[in-house]
Amino acid sequence: MAKFELNNSNVVVIIGSGAGGGTLANELASKGIDVVVLEAGKRYTIADFKNDDLYMFNLISWLDPMSQSGDIAKHRPTPLWTCKTVGGTTVHWAGNCPRFQPHEFKTRSTYGDIPGASLIDWPLSYEDILPYYEKAEAKMGIAGRGGRPHLPGNNNFKVMAAGAKRVGYKRVHSGYMAINSVPYDNRPACRQIGFCMQACAIGAKWSTLYTEIPKAEATLRCEVRPESTVLKISHDDSGRVTGVVYADAAGTMHEQKARIVAVAGNAVATPMLLLQSESGKYPNGLANSMDQVGRYYMRHTTGSVFGIMPGPVYWNRGTQMAGLIEDESGHAPSRGFAGGYHLETIPLGFAVFGAVMMPGAWGEEYARDIEKYTHFAGMWICGEDLPQAKNRITRDTTKKDKFGLAIPHVHYDDHVNDKRMRNHAFAQGRAIYESLGAEKVYEATPFASGHNMGSCRMSERPEDGVCNKWGQTHEIPNLFISDGSQFSTSAAPNPTLTIVALTIRQADYIADQMAKRAI
Amino acid sequence: MISLDISRRELLLNSGLAVATAAAIAGGLAGIDPAWALTTKAIDPETARGLLGMSRVLYPHAILSDAYYGKVVEALDAGAAADPAFATMLRDGVAKLGAPYGIAFHELSPGNRLEAVKAVEGSEFFEAVRGTTAWTLYSNPQVWPLFGYQGPSVEYGGYLERGFDDIAWLPKE
Repeated sequence: MAKFELNNSNVVVIIGSGAGGGTLANELASKGIDVVVLEAGKRYTIADFKNDDLYMFNLISWLDPMSQSGDIAKHRPTPLWTCKTVGGTTVHWAGNCPRFQPHEFKTRSTYGDIPGASLIDWPLSYEDILPYYEKAEAKMGIAGRGGRPHLPGNNNFKVMAAGAKRVGYKRVHSGYMAINSVPYDNRPACRQIGFCMQACAIGAKWSTLYTEIPKAEATLRCEVRPESTVLKISHDDSGRVTGVVYADAAGTMHEQKARIVAVAGNAVATPMLLLQSESGKYPNGLANSMDQVGRYYMRHTTGSVFGIMPGPVYWNRGTQMAGLIEDESGHAPSRGFAGGYHLETIPLGFAVFGAVMMPGAWGEEYARDIEKYTHFAGMWICGEDLPQAKNRITRDTTKKDKFGLAIPHVHYDDHVNDKRMRNHAFAQGRAIYESLGAEKVYEATPFASGHNMGSCRMSERPEDGVCNKWGQTHEIPNLFISDGSQFSTSAAPNPTLTIVALTIRQADYIADQMAKRAI
Repeated sequence: MISLDISRRELLLNSGLAVATAAAIAGGLAGIDPAWALTTKAIDPETARGLLGMSRVLYPHAILSDAYYGKVVEALDAGAAADPAFATMLRDGVAKLGAPYGIAFHELSPGNRLEAVKAVEGSEFFEAVRGTTAWTLYSNPQVWPLFGYQGPSVEYGGYLERGFDDIAWLPKE
């Protein structure tokens, strides 16, 4: 592994090591660009992972204090389910990789002006990103793309698929998964273990922890510093960023100089870093003269449908989310809402199932249903939610973290469009299970969010967002946003594939601009 | 140290034959002594008996013996030992459950127990006991086999050759 001096001002500093940061590190290092990755969390190996929901939740989750309000006010212990570890949320994610649909890059033009929403078209099109989707899919070894077979369907998928057929759905399959259906890239094929979101214990699921990051290090152009918490991004009198101040595991402060800073800390930490880097020149924080940093925070329209089926399912067995219904993903305003949604299989491990299958539920009837664990089938709704200016990440100055900095405050309310979409999806999910004779169906409210997007969004005009179509901030040319915070709108699909595609594209741009001495 | 003994008879009545059979198959009860005793450090016996009863009203499973609900009381006791205000809330909360009847909560009839718990639903006391019960009860690996949950699988090579797609009751068409 390379080692770089703190005063080396030629390096690109990347904050975060997940789908955005980890991928950017490998893409840049592979082009011969020196990279320092600062990751707040610890570095684990696959050998550290256990098939244990609560153990893994406590080991890898981002549990730093944050406050919250709006429709997510009651989420405990955290309103988000993201990771603080090398590999970021790609350690925990389920692996679903549908592409965004062409119209989802043009939501303002397609959906029109929806009151209460701040829709914009993306500053790039499906055609612009398509070659990068193909590169991302090859990088990640997506099952069901590039000639690779789909994963085999498990019991929970078979239930969903059989019901989907009965209600007339046609586009039903085991998904586009970043989980190997055949050995690929020196990683094994999936063994249907069933603990994907507790970190894949054999490495069949793509995670930057054991793909992009070691590959980047092997170039001798990349140094990864775990347990390094960035507190502030520095700049010079001209306004260009010059480095970052971070605390190491012992709490000792360092300043790493940089030619370029790329922020990839997920949709809460990324805007927080810009906001808490306020200075005399930038009193509202970096790249924030238009008051756009932290706004339009999105987390998808979600919810779950759980059916108690007439026979045993054993939903705990096998790839957790290898099951996808695409029929509702289009824009069909006749349903009463704009945008679309996917239905994806989901199981719950018993500890989580008993405690929060229906948050707050108790009593005789609920206990009887818990005893039917083996007969449960489950699906998760993942739909587009609309950007709203009031849904935002701000600094909660009433509370301080261990470094004395204001903690994040997350505000999120559903738009009425989100509510209508969820309502529709609940009815459809129920129909799927009832078509097979389900004795009871639960409509469960959203969990803590794994999909967090849009809080530093890309826009054609500086007054509509924080960065341009390359993730480069409108105001500071050597400051980049390199995670899902860039998303102009959420679209229906799970975000990771699009984060990786945007990152590969961004790396090409950064390398080109560096070669031209433009940044 | 305060000790609360649960008689062997009470344990057997609460656990029943079904659990004995299931445990014999799954080994789920291995290590639980029939002379099981609930011991608490910061909670008095009356409060402990009340919390034990309340946890069973919240999540009543005939297949689980009181030993598993006792783990809930132990978890609450640990919280009470660390925080005197929490200990006070538990003591007052249990006392309030029985107060309208003039009878200690753990001595109430099953119908009155349910009514008493419903009367405090939504209170901080209720939520503390409910949340602790749900997490403690269902995260205990010893209860998993009794509910058909198979737990970790990587040690056994996953489910690829062990029934991940063995569903047999779905319609053929």
